[in-house]
Amino acid sequence: MTAREATLARIRAAIGDAPAVPAIPRNYRVRGDLEAGAAADLFAQRVAEYRAAVHHTDPDGIPALIATILASAGDTRAVVPTGLPADWLSEVPSSVSVCTDDGGMTTEHLDAVDVVVTGCAVAIAETGTVVLDAAPDQGRRIITLLPDHHICVVSVDRIVVTVPEGLHRLDPTRPLTMISGPSATSDIELTRVEGVHGPRNLDVIIATAGRTALVRDRSWLVP
Amino acid sequence: MSDAPAPTAPIHAPAGVGMLRGARTFPEAARQALGDPQLRHNLGHATATIREKRANVVAEVADWAELRNAGQAIKSATMATLDEQLVRLEHQVTAAGGVVHWASDADSANEIVARLVRETGSREVVKVKSMATQEIGLNNALAQAGIDAYETDLAELIVQLGDDLPSHILVPAIHRNRAEIRNLFLRAIPGIDPGLTDNPSALAAAARRHLRQRFLSAKVAVSGANFAVAETGTLCVVESEGNGRMCLTLPDTLITVMGIEKVVPSWRDLEVFLQLLPRSSTGERMNPYTSLWTGVHRGDGPRAVHLVLLDNGRTSVLADQVGRDALNCIRCSACLNVCPVYQRTGGHAYGSVYPGPIGAILSPQLTGIEHNASLPYASTLCGACYDVCPVKIDIPSILVHLRAQDVEVKRARRDVPTPEAIAMAAAAWTMTDDRRWSRAQRSSRLARLVGRRRNKARGLIRSLPGPLAAWTVARDAPRPPAETFREWWARERGRDGQRR
Amino acid sequence: MALFVTCLVDTLFPDVGRATVAVLERLGCEVVFPVEQTCCGQAHINTGYHRDAVGLVQKFVTTFEDFEAIVAPSGSCIGSIRHQHSMIAEKAGDGELAARARAVGARAFELSEYLVDQLGITDVGAAYPHTVAYHPTCHSLRALGVGAKPLTLLRSVRGLQLIELPNGDQCCGFGGTFAVKSADTSVAMLTDKMADVLSTGAEVCAASDSSCLMHIGGGLSRLQAGVRTVHLAEILAATEDAAP
Ligand code: SF4
Repeated sequence: MTAREATLARIRAAIGDAPAVPAIPRNYRVRGDLEAGAAADLFAQRVAEYRAAVHHTDPDGIPALIATILASAGDTRAVVPTGLPADWLSEVPSSVSVCTDDGGMTTEHLDAVDVVVTGCAVAIAETGTVVLDAAPDQGRRIITLLPDHHICVVSVDRIVVTVPEGLHRLDPTRPLTMISGPSATSDIELTRVEGVHGPRNLDVIIATAGRTALVRDRSWLVP
Repeated sequence: MSDAPAPTAPIHAPAGVGMLRGARTFPEAARQALGDPQLRHNLGHATATIREKRANVVAEVADWAELRNAGQAIKSATMATLDEQLVRLEHQVTAAGGVVHWASDADSANEIVARLVRETGSREVVKVKSMATQEIGLNNALAQAGIDAYETDLAELIVQLGDDLPSHILVPAIHRNRAEIRNLFLRAIPGIDPGLTDNPSALAAAARRHLRQRFLSAKVAVSGANFAVAETGTLCVVESEGNGRMCLTLPDTLITVMGIEKVVPSWRDLEVFLQLLPRSSTGERMNPYTSLWTGVHRGDGPRAVHLVLLDNGRTSVLADQVGRDALNCIRCSACLNVCPVYQRTGGHAYGSVYPGPIGAILSPQLTGIEHNASLPYASTLCGACYDVCPVKIDIPSILVHLRAQDVEVKRARRDVPTPEAIAMAAAAWTMTDDRRWSRAQRSSRLARLVGRRRNKARGLIRSLPGPLAAWTVARDAPRPPAETFREWWARERGRDGQRR
Repeated sequence: MALFVTCLVDTLFPDVGRATVAVLERLGCEVVFPVEQTCCGQAHINTGYHRDAVGLVQKFVTTFEDFEAIVAPSGSCIGSIRHQHSMIAEKAGDGELAARARAVGARAFELSEYLVDQLGITDVGAAYPHTVAYHPTCHSLRALGVGAKPLTLLRSVRGLQLIELPNGDQCCGFGGTFAVKSADTSVAMLTDKMADVLSTGAEVCAASDSSCLMHIGGGLSRLQAGVRTVHLAEILAATEDAAP
């Protein structure tokens, strides 16, 4: 008998008394009752409470905002995923070198990069969470992990209110990373300290709906 | 797949491997912890901080009660169909390019992991905090196989560098304060800046520098999993620091060791647990990072993904109709933080990787009650754990259930009855008959004589004999009054309850 | 209405029983004390002696099942009656006793529950000119969910000044046989509870369970702290003309 068969047999023996299979009461809140503007405000407030920096702009202001954030952070080496709208970097000064990761950048190379700029799949207002799903505007997981600074552009049409709404929009077959503020630890005296292994600085740009909604087809996102 | 023959009857976790059994009984181990004022201070401070944070973020969730009900039901439904859920999970993980292994116990899980690591040609692994791998003593087993395992979670690193034992589910180094951690880092991390302060940010930064190269060069990672979705084959790790993301993303090979009870049936179930868990554990609306992966993602992350499904006594927990609810635990550690016993003794006193109230019901069931007989008594049954548990595990009732199991086991072993068993039987015999009982009360007035040093004027006894001496170590005992209530009633109202 | 006085009050704290009778009778209840009563078996059950407890459950149910309400001055005994008796009967394979135990348990009330929920009374006409810190006790608070009922009753007592007990919801460390089996931990918890009580500066530490009071009172007495422990019933029984 293989360990698999044996384990399954032990389980069947253990539940031989046919325990009841309860119905799942899903009368918890699934949908938030905020309109788009209020949801974006809540999202901004909750992200800020994680000590991430939050910026607001309309789509036309994204390039200038990114340039400003890079300059004030002093970042000189940036990485972006292949599907990032090209014009987002149009105002980045030539003193900043920008690499586009086509999947071939090495770990060492990425480790030497200061900043990564991405979009996001979904943002959850109540928890201040952005979710990356490795779509072309977000890239491989590694590119948002090694640089110490992450600039994430969140179009308001990606913002939902609740966790259930957020998970509903996601495709479980993709690699998913839910990010709520910069990396942190509570391991020392249970006091939250920002900045351990993941990016220590997180800038979130909330952009009113517009061109970012057209970046790629997301018909599967519609609940 | 391991082909070791295995019995079909539920089995306990084997002895001699892993970390489920303490060398001392709880009261003995607790005594030592209670004598350490620094430890008590650290624990008191940390648990008070987290209790307040949790209370605040739970209070803002209007549907917390509904989420708990859903969480409880999902877990119970899972356990009732566990064989089916695991088969579905295996199917989906395999379909997504992962490899599933089954381990009946700690030894076979350790063997599987060691073999998988060896097959990569690597002699070291990076680890993201995992209760299951601590439970089975994986690091030791790997060391014996010539493989170095590096803990990357800050608290685990603190524990590993200090050659210490974890004392909390979420924050294994909760027993250490910042000054102690600084001293440890200065001693144990080569090339560390001697000017390191005890500021938590500075300590975290030191850990970052120390581990960075390790992450970048690691070929194999070992993780646990908080949840595994049977419907989709998706595994989930909930963390804070980003060490988890490093381990789950950078190495070529990822080996996840997971207790069989961590499976949940559907993707939708995560919407419940990803609300319950962060608020209950770190007291945050959401933990900084949650990673979800489904088999191998081409061009992104590990190219070889393994899942080791661990029994190690879980099926024997499952076989107990009352005790099986302990498998519903999502390891949030809220019950530790509110437990008045844990707050004072810390985690080491429980002798197991699972401390606190959940440990007191889980460890004895995994090992068999004989091996952790004192743990079910390590509680006043105050019920604070049940109140905060996000999946509503009735820990006090399970403790009482396990105490009864312990009594029955001792009875069946035909041990000479303990003084306690004799006293309990005698009391029950006396009290099932009110005439015997009132006679006993009268004669117990003799007990007024047992007070060896008493303060007559204050009606107090300062020292009792026998096992009750433990009472008068720090507490005076009341002296039986001249008249019991029923004597007063008979005198005032007559036996039939009518006024005279 | 039947009084279940509890074995502890019967034997060691008869004044608490007399006070319970006094409050209930003052409010017009006809109090019956079934003399067949002994003990709810809580100590047996919580120490694991479930077989020995069956006879006690049987005794309790037989003694009390003919009464429409049962009142006890103890949150933990009522908790055991309500939540554990049927389990003990079921474990012994006696489904009929379990059903009877459930029925009795549903009509068994801790004193403050009975006064506030069943009688609808929050002012029992008591007077007690002292400063009081109230320890809510774990079983009343969590197993029974009596919530603020005892405090509501105390707030209506003439002359009584209620001082909030810090960390009130923390266990005092009694826990039945825990107090002896894990005496060191129990005493550590007691020490913190006493520190909280003393920090209020109150003259009296009150609770609605004589077991917790015996523990806290035993510690305070050893310290010679000068703070008295008094049962809720004794405060509610006190009037302008008759101190308890
Ligand atoms: S028993 Fe409940 S409260 Fe304790 S760790 Fe498990 S889930 Fe959390």
